[in-house]
Amino acid sequence: MLAAHRSTFRAFAQTVVPEMTELDEAGWAGVERTVEHALAQRPPRVRRQVGLFLAILNNLPRLRYGRSFSALDAARRAAVIDALQHGPVLLLRRGVWGLRTLVLMGFYTLDETMTAIGYRAHVHGWGMHRPIQS
Amino acid sequence: MTDRYYDVVIIGSGAGGGTVAQAMIPLVQDGRRVLVLEQGPRLGVDEFTGRELDMAESLYEDGGGFLTADGTMTLAFGRVYGGSTVVYTGTSLIAPERVIRRWNVPGLDAGDLERRSRSFMRQNHVHYLAEDRLNDNNRLFRDGARAAGFRCEQFPLNLDGCVGSSLCNLGCPNAAKQGTHRVQLPNAERHGVEVVTRAEALRVEERAVIARVHAKAPGSKGAESEWAPGDYRIRAGIIVAAGGAIGSTSLLLRSGFGSGLPCLGEGFTCHPAFILVAEHSQDITNDVGHPKSFFVDRAEAEGYVLETCMYFPFTTAKNLTGAGADHSAMMRAFPRLQMILVLACDSAVKGNRITIDRTGRPVVHYRFTNDVVRSMVAATRAAARIFFAAGAVRVHAPTARPHIIERGEADRIDQRISERFFLPGTTTVSAAHLMGGCAMGRTLADSVTDGFGRVHDTPWLRVADSALFPDALEINPYLTIMSLADRVGEGVLSGAGELLDSPLVGHG
Ligand SMILES: Cc1cc2nc3c(=O)[nH]c(=O)nc-3n(C[C@H](O)[C@H](O)[C@H](O)COP(=O)(O)OP(=O)(O)OC[C@H]3O[C@@H](n4cnc5c(N)ncnc54)[C@H](O)[C@@H]3O)c2cc1C
Ligand code: SF4
Repeated sequence: MLAAHRSTFRAFAQTVVPEMTELDEAGWAGVERTVEHALAQRPPRVRRQVGLFLAILNNLPRLRYGRSFSALDAARRAAVIDALQHGPVLLLRRGVWGLRTLVLMGFYTLDETMTAIGYRAHVHGWGMHRPIQS
Repeated sequence: MTDRYYDVVIIGSGAGGGTVAQAMIPLVQDGRRVLVLEQGPRLGVDEFTGRELDMAESLYEDGGGFLTADGTMTLAFGRVYGGSTVVYTGTSLIAPERVIRRWNVPGLDAGDLERRSRSFMRQNHVHYLAEDRLNDNNRLFRDGARAAGFRCEQFPLNLDGCVGSSLCNLGCPNAAKQGTHRVQLPNAERHGVEVVTRAEALRVEERAVIARVHAKAPGSKGAESEWAPGDYRIRAGIIVAAGGAIGSTSLLLRSGFGSGLPCLGEGFTCHPAFILVAEHSQDITNDVGHPKSFFVDRAEAEGYVLETCMYFPFTTAKNLTGAGADHSAMMRAFPRLQMILVLACDSAVKGNRITIDRTGRPVVHYRFTNDVVRSMVAATRAAARIFFAAGAVRVHAPTARPHIIERGEADRIDQRISERFFLPGTTTVSAAHLMGGCAMGRTLADSVTDGFGRVHDTPWLRVADSALFPDALEINPYLTIMSLADRVGEGVLSGAGELLDSPLVGHG
C-alpha cells in the first residue's frame, strides 16, 4: 500500500521523527514492513482511508506553497502538520493522528531504536537490571 | 453445522467468564456438562516474549487499536484465553460503597460485593509489594504526591512470583499475574469444565449458540483449537454471555435482542485515560519493577484518579502529543522518564453507546462530555504538581500548548494546562475499563438484566461481565466484575434444576 505514496510517507515520517532522516534503506524497509503488516490486519476501509489521507496530505500544500508536501522543506512540512493537527476539521486531525501512529509504530519497535533510547525492560526484570552507562 | 449439547455454555473467558466457569464446578460434579467458548487463542507461558507488537497483536482485539466511531479514542481489551485479565496490571480494589449505592440496583449491595471481592483477593494472592520491590517511578509518585498535598494510597496487587519485568500489559512472561487464565480457568478445567479456544460465538438463538471455530493462522501464537475448525450449533439449558462490555453487547445485538430490550447497548462508560510523562535530570528505575503501585483517588471530589504507570516505547511515543524535535527529545530521555496515568470518571450519558454495523461488528459511540474534559484537565494539573514536587525538570502535558512545561513555569500550571487545548482526534486518549451496554436494573425500561444478570423476560440467558455496570465504577473494575459474575454463577446454580431439566429443542 505504501509503495504508491512512499515519498509522502517518508517525508511525513521524517517530520514526525527527525531521526528518521538518518535511516538507511534497511532501516526504512524495517519501518515499512511493520506499517504494511499493521495495515494488512485492518479492514480494507481503513487501508483506503490511509491511502486517501496520504494523497490529500501531499496535495494540500500546493494551495498555500505551490508545492507538494514531499517537496517542502522540513520547517514547512512541520507547519503543515501542525496546522492540520490543531485545525478545525476532525477528519484531518484524525488523519494526522492515524498516520503518526503508524510511523511511531514502525520506528519505536525497531531494536536499534529501543537500544538508542535506552529502553531496558527485560523478561527477567530485577534479575537483569543494570544501570544505563551515561 | 455440527450439533453439540451442554447444560451451560459460557461465552468469553475473561474476568467474568472465568469466574462463572469456576462457579460451575459443583454442577459438573453433579454430572452436568459446562462449556466455555473463547474466541481468542490459548498461549503457552514461553510465548509471552514482552515484545510490544508481537504481544499486542496476539493478545488484544485489533492489536490494541480498536477505535471509537469518530476515531477519537482507542479502546484496549483482550481477545485470548483469560480475556483482558491476561493484559491487566493486577490492581485489586473493592467497589466504593457510594458508587454501588448510586447504581441503585435492587438486591445489589456493597457489603455483598466486598465479601466476594475479599474472597477473590485471597484466591488471587493479592498483597502489597514490599518497599524494596518498588522502583523509582513508583516511589517518586508517592513522595511527590505527598509533598504536593495529595493522599496517596498503595495498590494491592494480585501477583505470585513477580520478578518486576514491567511488562504486565503485554502479558506476564513469568506467569506471575493471577488472571483467570492462571487461577479460575485452570481450576475449572481440572474439575471437568470444557474450554474451547478460537471459538467465536456468532449469535445466540433460543437456548443455542451458533459458534465458529477458527483454524490457527500460520505463524500466529497459541495452541490449535480443542475442536475442529467449522460451524457449530451448541444447544444449552442456560447461556451466559461473558464476552466483555463490547463483546456481550454486540453479541446480543447481532442476535436480535435489541428489539425486545430497548436499553441494550446504552450507558457505555470507560474511564477515558491518558499518559503524562515527565523528565528527571538523572536516570531512574522505571522499566524494571512492577509498573503500578500507587494511586491518588480524587474521583469523588474532582472526578479523576491518578495512577503510576510505565509503558513501552511505541505506546509512550503514541501518547506523547505533538511531533518533531521536542517529541524525539522526550523519547530519547526514556531512562529518565516518570509516568502517570490519568483516568477520568465519566458517567453514562445519552449517546455514548454500543451498536453494530451491517456486518455485526461492534461500533462504540463516545463523546467527551464537558465534565470529562474538565476532570482530565484538573487531573493533568494535579499530575504536573506531583511531577515537579518529585523533582522533575520538565513535564509533557497533552492539554498544554506548547506541550512541554519547564520547571521554571511550575507556578503557572493552571494557566499552561487548559481545557482549550483538549482537542479530540489530536490528544491521544485511550481506555481499558470498558463498562455497560447490558446494564443491571429494575425493568425493561431502565436496564437489560436484573441484579443477578438475568436478561429481562429471558430466564435462560444471563450476562456476567463488565457489560452489567449501570454506570462507571470510578476505580479499577476487575474484582467487581468477578464479584458480579460470582452472583450470576450462584443464580445459575440455584435456578439450574428447572431450566436444565426442561428439554432442549432437538434434544429430548
Ligand atoms: C491494559 C489493561 C490493563 C488493565 N488493568 C486493570 C487493573 O490493573 N485492575 C483492574 O481492576 N482492571 C484492569 N483492567 C480492566 C479489566 O481487565 C477488565 O475490566 C476486565 O478484565 C473485563 O472483564 P470482562 O469479563 O468484562 O471482559 P474480558 O476480560 O475482556 O473478557 C472477555 C472475553 O470474551 C471473549 N469474547 C468476546 N466476544 C466473544 C464471542 N462472541 N465469542 C467468544 N468469545 C468472546 C474475548 O475474546 C475475551 O477473552 C485492565 C484492562 C486492560 C485492557
Ligand atoms: S512486573 Fe511482575 S506481574 Fe508484571 S509482567 Fe513482570 S513479572 Fe509479570
